[in-house]
Order: sequence, then C-alpha cells, then structure tokens
Amino acid sequence: MTSSSSPLVAAAAPLSSPWRQFTRRFLRHRMALGATLFLLILCMAAILAPWLAPYDPQASDWMALASPPDASHWFGTDDLGRDIFSRILYGARLSLWVGLTSVGLGAIGGVLLGLIAGFHGGRVDTLIMRGADVLFAFPGMLLAIAIVAVLGPGLNNLIIAVAVFSVPVFARLVRAQALSLKTTTYVEAARSLGASTSTLMLRHLLPATLASVIVFFTMRIGVSILTAAGLSFIGLGPEPDVPEWGNMLASSRSLMMAGAWHVSVFPGAAIFVTVLAFNLLGDALRDTLDPKLKG
Amino acid sequence: MLIHGLKRLLGMIPVLFTVSILVFAFIKLMPGDPARIYAGADASLEAVEAARHTLGLDRPLPMQYFDWLASLAQGDLGVTYRTRQPVSEVIGASFMPSLWLALASFCWSALAGIALGVFAARRRGRWQDYGAMGLAVSGISLPPFWLGLLLIQFVAVPFGVFATSGFERPLDLVLPAITLGSAVAAVMARFTRSAYLEAANEDYVRTARAKGLTQRMVVWKHTMRNALIPIVTMLGLQFGFLLSGSIVIETVFSWPGLGWLLIESIKSQDQPVVQSLVLLFVTMFLVINLAVDLLYGVINPTVRHT
Repeated sequence: MTSSSSPLVAAAAPLSSPWRQFTRRFLRHRMALGATLFLLILCMAAILAPWLAPYDPQASDWMALASPPDASHWFGTDDLGRDIFSRILYGARLSLWVGLTSVGLGAIGGVLLGLIAGFHGGRVDTLIMRGADVLFAFPGMLLAIAIVAVLGPGLNNLIIAVAVFSVPVFARLVRAQALSLKTTTYVEAARSLGASTSTLMLRHLLPATLASVIVFFTMRIGVSILTAAGLSFIGLGPEPDVPEWGNMLASSRSLMMAGAWHVSVFPGAAIFVTVLAFNLLGDALRDTLDPKLKG
Repeated sequence: MLIHGLKRLLGMIPVLFTVSILVFAFIKLMPGDPARIYAGADASLEAVEAARHTLGLDRPLPMQYFDWLASLAQGDLGVTYRTRQPVSEVIGASFMPSLWLALASFCWSALAGIALGVFAARRRGRWQDYGAMGLAVSGISLPPFWLGLLLIQFVAVPFGVFATSGFERPLDLVLPAITLGSAVAAVMARFTRSAYLEAANEDYVRTARAKGLTQRMVVWKHTMRNALIPIVTMLGLQFGFLLSGSIVIETVFSWPGLGWLLIESIKSQDQPVVQSLVLLFVTMFLVINLAVDLLYGVINPTVRHT
C-alpha cells in the first residue's frame, strides 16, 4: 500500500482541494481507515513472509495430512500436509504483486494512450479508440483467458493478461478528461507560451487527470486480484504447487467433498478480505477525490 | 429509430471483422501443433502431415483466414479435434445450459439488487443503508468461485438436495445461479441506490411532494420512473458480463455450458472449438450492448437521434 498511498500526496497537492482538505475528508471514512491499516499490515506480512511464516510453504508434514486447524497449524494443512497459514502468507506476495503490477502496467499504457488520443484528436484518436473498442468487445475475463491461452500459463503471463485487460478502461477514462481539459484556459495559456506537446500532455493535462486515475487504480486492483485468482483457479495461472490463493482453492476441491472445510475457507477468505479492503479504500478515495466519478 | 438501429448494426461489422482477425491470430499463436492434436498423440509423421493437408493447415495464413471466414458464412465451424464432431453441434449442446444459467442468475440478481438499492436509498444515512451497502461492497469483493465452493461444501454436500455438479434437473440451477448472480446483485444495488438518490434530488420530486401527493406516488411514479432509465441500461450491461462470468462459475459446478466447454477446449488445445466460442462470446456481448443502447433510446426520448 505504501507505493500507492505516497503518490496521493503528490497528486492531491496541486489539485484545487489541498492536501489538508483531502486528509480531513478521508479521515471521516472510518471503514477506509481500517482498510488502509489492513492493507499496510498485509503488505508488511507479505514482505516479511519468509521470517513470519511458521513453516516452509512447500514442506509437507506427513503426520498431518489435511488436518483441521490446531495449535501447530493455525489454518490447518492441505492434502500434502503443507501449512495453509504459511502458504497464505506467501500467497499474499503473489496476489499483491500481480494486482499492483498488472494494474500499474495497464494504467501506464492506458493513461498514455488516452492522453495521446484525447489531446491529438483526429485520426490518432480514431485509431486508438477503435482499438479500445475492439478490446472492449471481449466481455470481462474472456480477453485475459484468451491471452493466457496464447502465452501459456504462468505468473508473468497472468500479469500481462490482466494488464492488457485494464488498458482500455484507463484509456477511455483519461481520453474523456483530456478532451475537455485541452480547451481550458490554463492549457491554452501554456500553449500560447510555446509549451511543447509533451509538456502540455505530461505537465498540464496528466496532473489534472490523476485524481480519477488514482481512484480507478485502487478500484481496479480488486478486480485484478479477483481476475488473476479466477484464472489460477481454472488452471491458467502459475504451476499448481505455487502457493497462489486461486491455486490453493482449485486444489481444495477434492478435499472439500471429504469435509475438510478449512482447505477452501481460508484461502478464499484471504482473497475476499484483500479485495474488500481495496474496494473500501477505492470507494473512500472516490468520495474524497472525485465525487463525480461513478464506479 | 429503425434507421438508427440499422446504422448501429452495420457499425458493428468493422469491430467484428477486427475481432475475427484477432481471434484468428490468437488461435495461430496458441501452443501446440493442431495437425498433431487432430491426428492423435501416437500418429505417424505421415498421418500428421495428411491431417495438416486435410485441415488446410499447410496453406498460407491469409488463405486459412479467408477459408475460415468463408466456411463461417456458410455456417460451417469445422470439426473438433478431440471427438471429430461438428463444432456447431458441440456448441449447440452447450448453449442452452449456459442460457438457462444466465437467465436464472439475471432474474434474481436484478430483482434483489434493485430492491436492495431502493431500500438503502430510502433509508439514506441510517443503519439499514450502511448495512445494505456493506452487503453490496462485500458482494463485489467476494470471489464468485469461492462462493460456489462454499455453497457446494456447506449446502450441497450436507443437505443433498442440490447437485454438486452437472445439470440434470431445474433444481440444479439454484446454487450456480446464486453464485453467478451475487456480484451482479451487488453492482445493481449500489447503482440503483445512487440513481434513485439522484432522481430524488430533482425539482419535480420536490414539486410532487409539495403538492401533497402520497408517498407511494412520489416514490414510484416520480422518482423510480426516472431512476429506471440508467438502471435499465446498467442491467443490460450486466447481462453481458454474466455471459463471461459464467466461464469460471461453470468450471466450479462442472456445468455443461459454453464456459466449461471453452476452458476444456483451451486445455486440450481443441482450436476450432476455442476459435468459434471466442467469436460467439464477443458477438453475443456486442449484440447485447447494442440492444441496450437502442433500448436506452426507446425509454429515454431525450437521447433519441443523437
């Protein structure tokens, strides 16, 4: 979370609402504060997983196969006797990494394309937005599934798939804003002073779109974590023995019928709580930064 | 209106055309040699080459693309590599289970979502509002495949009323439909609440209240009727997303639908099936979105002919 809350400081400052006003409004959202705190703890736990995890996530305890939670294994063990708590801790690294990098890549690509399209207009705009239309024609996860089907399963391909899936969303958002911003007086003033195209786009248009980009960014992380976990769940993610939350759920199926409830409950709850925290944070950011945006 | 609709329908053609090129490229880039998959794992080299020739895979790529378009236009989707059945037959058999699942999920989630949204909006700022919206944000954050697993584990297995997989009786629809619809219900609840509150802020609602209309008239005739315009649009879009959401859910319940078929075909590299299914999903999605746009013009006369 540290990586996405620090740009807020930079983003909120040049806006019409000063940083202090932002903090005052944001602090009113108690749920969001809780969510932020949770995400900070989760990030720390993910970073410190090798030191915090009581067991090696791949080590099997042959004396405790699929055993329910007890004092030695807090969340129980899976069918191979691996400690579920340790695997969830290591899984947090993967889920946060996939969520942040895929939305980050998608946002960078989408914001740049959106700025170019909105600023230049004309043929460039038509070309970029028709491209976005084609990507939008793929409902929801289908594009990500198609990309993974081509690239093959694996963590990096998963990130690429989810990133591409986010590009058109950001492009459309930023283009609409760039379109209306480029006719404002301050942009005209900068242009009349001889500012170059790249200065106009990056120094004058980009900062003004950042508020909604940050809001969207936060909301997309939840979607991306869900999508990535879904892809792993259907077997299009990293190798089955990698401690990824979606993978853990997929392998819980056989045990579930045997009544080993803990194998599916804990990894799923981890996804749920993490995505919920990002969504609560996104909602609060939307209310404080960009009340007009609807999500 | 009719001309506008026709124009929009024709406007879909370039998008579909580009999508078809993209899908074709996707398929050609998929790992695995299709001729080898068609001929079987232990076929001789000659048999593989013969299969390559029968399937037309030795022709130049642009030719293969136009071959595909030409046979598509004749309604011929080719044969599956696994069972050598016509692809159209395999897809046809999976279509109805998916449609039933989508319809069942859509019906309950639309009703529940709108009801919850109106309920929350009318009690704005009270605990009922917070409760309903907390439920909605949880619904959005819930991994649907996990909800499906939980329902199997804590409802289907112990009570034995519902099947854990497959689709044989209408009753088997219940758990998958709950799973698939939950996110849509949550999205609709949030959207309905804000659409209702926006409509309730309008001058005409204040006027209606001021002239002494009953609460019921104000709520249903003046507020809800106007809030419904964006709500119906959103509903249509959500139906499109139900189609793709079903891909993962069908895997959870081993539902014999299009999504399950897609994943199975990707895993067994059955390229003709994947190719046709992806194009089918995209076409359905585009048609639904177009229908929503046109419907929007019908229920909201102010945007007509723009």
